Amino acid sequence: MRQFKGDKKVIIMFLIPAFAFIFIFLLYPLIRTFYNSLFYILQNTNPRYVGLGNYQKLITDAGMITAVWNTLIFMVAAVVIEVGVGTLLAILVNFIKRGAKFFRVVYVFPVVVSAAALGLLFSLIYNYRLGLLNTIVSWLGYNPIRWITRDSALWAVIAPVTWRYVGFYFVIILTAITKIPKTLYESADIEGASRLQKTRHITLPLIFSDIRISIIIAITGVTKVFSMIWIITQGGPMNSSQVLGTYLYSVTFQRRLFGYGSTIAVFIVLFGLLLVVLTNKLLKSDDNGGYGTPGM
Amino acid sequence: MMDKFKKIFVKSNIGRFFIYVFLIFWALTTIAPLVWVLNNSFKDTDQIMDSPFGFAESLNWANYQKAVERVDIIRSYINSFIMSGSATILVLLFGGMAAYILGRFEFRFKKFFTTIVALGLLIPAFSTIIPVYDLMIKLNLINTYPALILPHVASNLIFAIFVLSSYMSSLPDSIEEAAIVDGANRFQIFTKIIIPMSRPALATVAIFSFLWSYNDLFSALILVSDRSVRPIVVLLNEVSSRYGVDYGLQAAAVVLTIVPIFLVYLLLQDYIVKGLARQGSVKE
Repeated sequence: MRQFKGDKKVIIMFLIPAFAFIFIFLLYPLIRTFYNSLFYILQNTNPRYVGLGNYQKLITDAGMITAVWNTLIFMVAAVVIEVGVGTLLAILVNFIKRGAKFFRVVYVFPVVVSAAALGLLFSLIYNYRLGLLNTIVSWLGYNPIRWITRDSALWAVIAPVTWRYVGFYFVIILTAITKIPKTLYESADIEGASRLQKTRHITLPLIFSDIRISIIIAITGVTKVFSMIWIITQGGPMNSSQVLGTYLYSVTFQRRLFGYGSTIAVFIVLFGLLLVVLTNKLLKSDDNGGYGTPGM
Repeated sequence: MMDKFKKIFVKSNIGRFFIYVFLIFWALTTIAPLVWVLNNSFKDTDQIMDSPFGFAESLNWANYQKAVERVDIIRSYINSFIMSGSATILVLLFGGMAAYILGRFEFRFKKFFTTIVALGLLIPAFSTIIPVYDLMIKLNLINTYPALILPHVASNLIFAIFVLSSYMSSLPDSIEEAAIVDGANRFQIFTKIIIPMSRPALATVAIFSFLWSYNDLFSALILVSDRSVRPIVVLLNEVSSRYGVDYGLQAAAVVLTIVPIFLVYLLLQDYIVKGLARQGSVKE
């Protein structure tokens, strides 16, 4: 677009507020976090330079190793459940006419509700004495079960978090499916193709790039999980359901180790970047093989 | 064998039947817990014990009374609306302004600014919270509304600028040119033409800025945890850790948080669904 005299002033005036916010509350703190990660800081007083000491601690910290390992398991579950079930539901809803709108409304709702509220809801569901699960168990005539133990806690938080996001990927994939030209299906119908054949040969190839993006969002999204886990288990018992976000919170704001907390934060940023690069690379190479993706 | 199976399963009504079974099953995973918690919020602990699946015989409001009197849930509602509402208004204003420039002008350092916005998408709240917390302590803002509003504005501006600038750049040039011929200045063009024409994108940004701000437990726990300023999500965390044995109170707190969101959701679902689908393309 062309510019006129005086537009320079407008450009500056209009950009200043937004970028002032971004610099002060995003970029400066990010850089500061990198700097802080080189110090031992208890609470926020008397920083003591320790060089890469915090990073040495990071790679041997059992809590951190658990958090990273749990995050990786979480990512696999996120791809399988969130993207997998979301895609399946989208394909199935696209087959039906009656009730499609109802299912859309119901599936998307958990995405919108506060994770904190759903977290509290699930801790009620898991409750030993009065929870929904144990009510069903004792109604079936069995003894009540402890749902959150060291062995089960990770799955007890993975289930509600992944369940909540199914609706998100459902919407992304359903939107992609509705963009496929109807004529493609019509000509397949003329040739007598079954639902399964149409799905395999028309729908799936045409939504492949959307599935790819969904997988990338699902994997990187796991590094941001916090609320539900914090309310249901606080990362416990004994760190067994700790993920990156909850571990950062407990190290920084419960044990008040601000320097080491910053090191974990740096790790989360670099880990996130690595994931974006890796997932893009891995999934892009598939793009040209096997699936012909016309026009994409 | 496989072909026969396919014929029966996929082509006939049996296929349709199983499709519905699965769709209804998944719908129940959402509906059943909500109905269950709503029902139990009207019972006291004994009634939940005696007949966990029985419907509440009468509407017993005791749990809700407790939520209002003991944990002051209304105060938290007001706090949430003030903080998330202010953050949303500022995001629309500043995000709209920056998006107008980045979407419709060419200038020397444009690339620099668009790169910063793209980078911003990769900065999680975890990586900025400690210096932000420090800053708020230094400014004496901890446990005041701005402590949460300011960082929320910054992080939501990124998404806002992304969505708004791409929408604004798609608006036709001719309208703006006609306004200039008529003697309008850039400021008038922005307020009278660009903003009204961008209404659908602004609605998407408003809804998601508000929701993200309203739902963010992590920053709120750290910056505004005091009873007088805590938003609803911090109250829920408090209820879960401190009133863990009071089952009815917890159920009532869940219902009180979900019901307003449910009503807003029913009203705005088309916008919300479109906005969610858009987020898929933002990351592309």
